[in-house]
Formats: sequence, C-alpha cells, structure tokens
Amino acid sequence: MGNASSMLTQYDIEEVQEHCNYLISQQEIVSLYQRFCQLDRNAKGFISADEFLSIPEFALNPLSQKLLKMVDGLNFKDFVAFLSTFSSKASLEQKIELLFKVYDIDSKGKVTFKDLLEVLRDLTGSFMSEEQREKVLSQVLEEAGYSRNCSLLLEDFVKILGKPGLKIEVEVPVD
Amino acid sequence: MVGLRSSSSEMDLDRPNIEEYLTTDSIEESPKKLHLRDLLDISPTLTEAAGAIVDDSFTRCFKSNPPEPWNWNVYLFPLWCLGVIIRYGILFPLRVAVLTAGWLVFFAAFIPAHFLLTAHNKWRRKIERKLVEMICSVFVASWTGVVKYHGPRPSMRPQQVFVANHTSMIDFIILEQMTAFAVIMQKHPGWVGFIQKTILEGVGCIWFNRTESKDREVVARKLREHIQGADNNPLLIFPEGTCVNNHYTVMFKKGAFELGCAVCPVAIKYNKIFVDAFWNSKKQSFTMHLFHLMTSWAVVCDVWYLEPQYIRPGETPIEFAERVRDMISVRAGLRKVPWDGYLKYFRPSPKLTERKQQIFAESVLQRLEEK
Repeated sequence: MGNASSMLTQYDIEEVQEHCNYLISQQEIVSLYQRFCQLDRNAKGFISADEFLSIPEFALNPLSQKLLKMVDGLNFKDFVAFLSTFSSKASLEQKIELLFKVYDIDSKGKVTFKDLLEVLRDLTGSFMSEEQREKVLSQVLEEAGYSRNCSLLLEDFVKILGKPGLKIEVEVPVD
Repeated sequence: MVGLRSSSSEMDLDRPNIEEYLTTDSIEESPKKLHLRDLLDISPTLTEAAGAIVDDSFTRCFKSNPPEPWNWNVYLFPLWCLGVIIRYGILFPLRVAVLTAGWLVFFAAFIPAHFLLTAHNKWRRKIERKLVEMICSVFVASWTGVVKYHGPRPSMRPQQVFVANHTSMIDFIILEQMTAFAVIMQKHPGWVGFIQKTILEGVGCIWFNRTESKDREVVARKLREHIQGADNNPLLIFPEGTCVNNHYTVMFKKGAFELGCAVCPVAIKYNKIFVDAFWNSKKQSFTMHLFHLMTSWAVVCDVWYLEPQYIRPGETPIEFAERVRDMISVRAGLRKVPWDGYLKYFRPSPKLTERKQQIFAESVLQRLEEK
C-alpha cells in the first residue's frame, strides 16, 4: 500500500492523544491514521470535501454539507479531535457542544430561529413546506418557553438536551 | 444507479431495498407528542455520518490490505533480500523474455492471417482465436500463474453469456487462455487500448464508455446482436463494472441479465499468498500492475464455472442479478455489499437522501397531529 505520508511514531501518537484529551486509545489512533491515509488520496495531509463525499454513506447523509464545513481540510490531529466527541468516553457536555456547533454553523455563539430552520430543512427536504417547518418550530419553541425571536445559547441546549442525555457513539474498528 | 447523470425511473422500481442494508433511523415506533428536544436532537444522523467517516462498507471494497511483513527478523531479512534479487534479477528478465518471444510468435502468425484472409473467413477466425488463447497463456506463464479450473469448460453456442466477478484486468486474461471469449470492455488509453483495438477485435469485442449516458442502449443492442450469432465467441461480462479487491462483491449491473438468455456464472478467487492481484486503478497504471505481478513469485487463483442460470418467471432482472451474485459470492468466499461499483466515479443518487428526509418529515408531521 505505502502512502507517501510518513508513518506514525510513538511521539506523534502521544501528541494526538493529548490533543484529544485521551478520549481515543493509541490503537484507535493508529487505526484512524490508516483510515485518514486511505481517504486522503494524494497525501496532502488533509482530507478535502470531495474526498469525504466519495464515501457514499456520508454523501447521502442529510447533514453532510453542514458536517463538511466542520471537517473539510482538517489535519490528522484535528480529525481525531473531531471524532473524539463520538467516543463513549466523551462527556455529555462535549456532545451537546458538537450539536450546538452544527446548528451554529457560522460560530456566532448563539442559535437563531433561522439556524434551526436550516437544519430542519436539511433533514426534511422537499417533504415539508417552509410554512410547515416554521409552524412546527414555533410551536415546540413556545411550548418549551422560548419565543421565535430569542436565540438559543449553549446553556439552553444543555438544559433541553441534558436529560435524559444524548447517545452519540461511534466505535473505531481496530484490526 | 447514477448520481450526476439523469436517472431513469425504471431503476427505482427494480432496486433492491437498500434501507435493509443501511442503518435505520431511530424513529420512535409509537408516535408521541413532539417536543423541542426531539427536533433539536440530531444525534442519529450525526452518528451515521461519523460512522461513515470512520469506516464504511464501500471504501472497504477497494482497500488493498498490505500483507503482514515476514522479513522482520535477523535471519528472515537476508532470505527476503535473496528473494528480491531472484525475483527482480532472475525471474523478471526470464519472464520478459518469455513474453517477448510469445508476442513475436503471435505477431508472426497474426499479421499474415489478419491481412491475407478476409474478415469473415472461417480459418482466419479460428487462427485468431487460437492465437489469442496462446498469447494469454504466455501472459499467465509470465507471472507464473497457477490457475485451477473447476467445472465444465465453456462451450461455444448461442444464447448464453458468462458473468464473473472482477478483480483486475488479468481476470480476462486468465479466463481467455482457456476459452476465447468475446468481451465487453471500457476503452483504455495507451498500449492497452492499442491491443484492444487491433487484436481483440478479432475475437469480437464490444466497447462501452462509462461517461456516455446514451451508451447504455447502444451497448444493450450490441449485446443482443452478439448472442444471437452462432458463430460468435461466447460473451464474457463483468457486471460489477469496476475492479473490486476480491474480498467483496459490489452490485451487479442488470445489463447482462435482461438479454433473455442463459447466464453462466464464473467465480474467480485469488490466493493472496504470493501476490495480491487486485488492481487499484486509481493508484496504479496497468503497466505498473503487470510489473508488480511479474516481479512476484506467482499468481495463484481458482476459477469455478458454475451452472447456467435462467431468469425465473416473475423475477426481475435485478433480482436475477442478485441471485447470480449470491452464487458467485458464496462460491468464491466474498462478502456482498449493497453499493453500485460506479460510486467510485459518481456521487450517490440524491433519491437516497430524499428517502431519509421523507421518513423524518413524515414522522414529524405525524407526531404533530398527536395532542
């Protein structure tokens, strides 16, 4: 197979492990590196959006465009850091923060009604009209005590999703 | 199934249910009242996406696993070095010599036959057939091919096609040395294209072009014409449409299965013990691939000619294709994945994403009704 990119040394592995707060084991990092090299076809050191989209299962995911903005052009260290949120050892706060970042795609620090609409649009496509989406969102927001005009902050997300928590776990296959 | 080309509607009706293979959305079975957290909680979708980034069944089909290095030892390493010297210094030149001699004999007989006899002369066809079989045997000898054939050899009669799983272009050579098949191939550039044009025209070849959308109908017509002729060589088709790493099979294209004739499955399994015969066309040119084979010890494989299959009443061509793929996968010990091989070159159809969106939208609307 032999990619042009250098092999991982023990130092590299430890550096990556530290960067992701030890949420990923060393074996998993080696496995992820193989995967990274497989996706990064010309050994540029990062995976381009096109290469992510060449994974059919990823390309047909409704949120692929939003996620692409977060993973496009990441080097290996940040790639592992991104995936570390999906580890079973990651805290609930970290996972909720990831969700928040997906909604708050332009990193304003708050999630507006428009952001909520956008994600709902990605998830429902042409099977719900824009009015239906606005109606549904306004309705559930009101019921939870928020108005259409107020923006949600991370604390709000924690409050809403905190109990009974989220299940976002992906296992890294280790040979 | 194609992404960038305009998709024809017939493929939707016949598609096997992909949802059975993909992870199902965790939609609650009993509709409950809709709360804010239900709309905010996008975890199933995120998990699926991250799961696909970490490992996915499609990319696995094209991964060539490097063999375990066995030369890591003080005394094994010199042995390995000796092996390298023998392979590159002795075997390779010998093989090149054999190959060159073979080509010279081939051309010495082919050129006169091709130019002196008319195109439909029976003798010319017989000679060209035998010559193609011979040059393929020379190729196989040049990689020290050890091929074990099981089952009845293909016979030359009309109304039949042969289908096989595809690992590399050498599949064709290995099968061709036993029987002069006519083949349907993608036009290649370079010296391979030259060989395709001049020599394979003699055994009867049909060309297709992946990127041409109208191509499919033209090719289907040519296929039909070919199998009618009693004098034509038996037709060999690789329905996967692309090279796969010999551990998995991707979905078979239905073109070969809607011709209304017998389909004879052929299963090919390579033994990776001496060399991995998978041709990763994105990573290697065919010349490099041949070089890699010619500097290895041997190419070992098994070929099984399986029982001819006919389409059953009430079976769609796609179901027929899947049934035959099942037979071949079981025989060769390959795992099936529900992906179209052309996804290597094209994006998946947006219809699949729309299906997911539809499921989610309907669930939301349904729960909205619940009070």
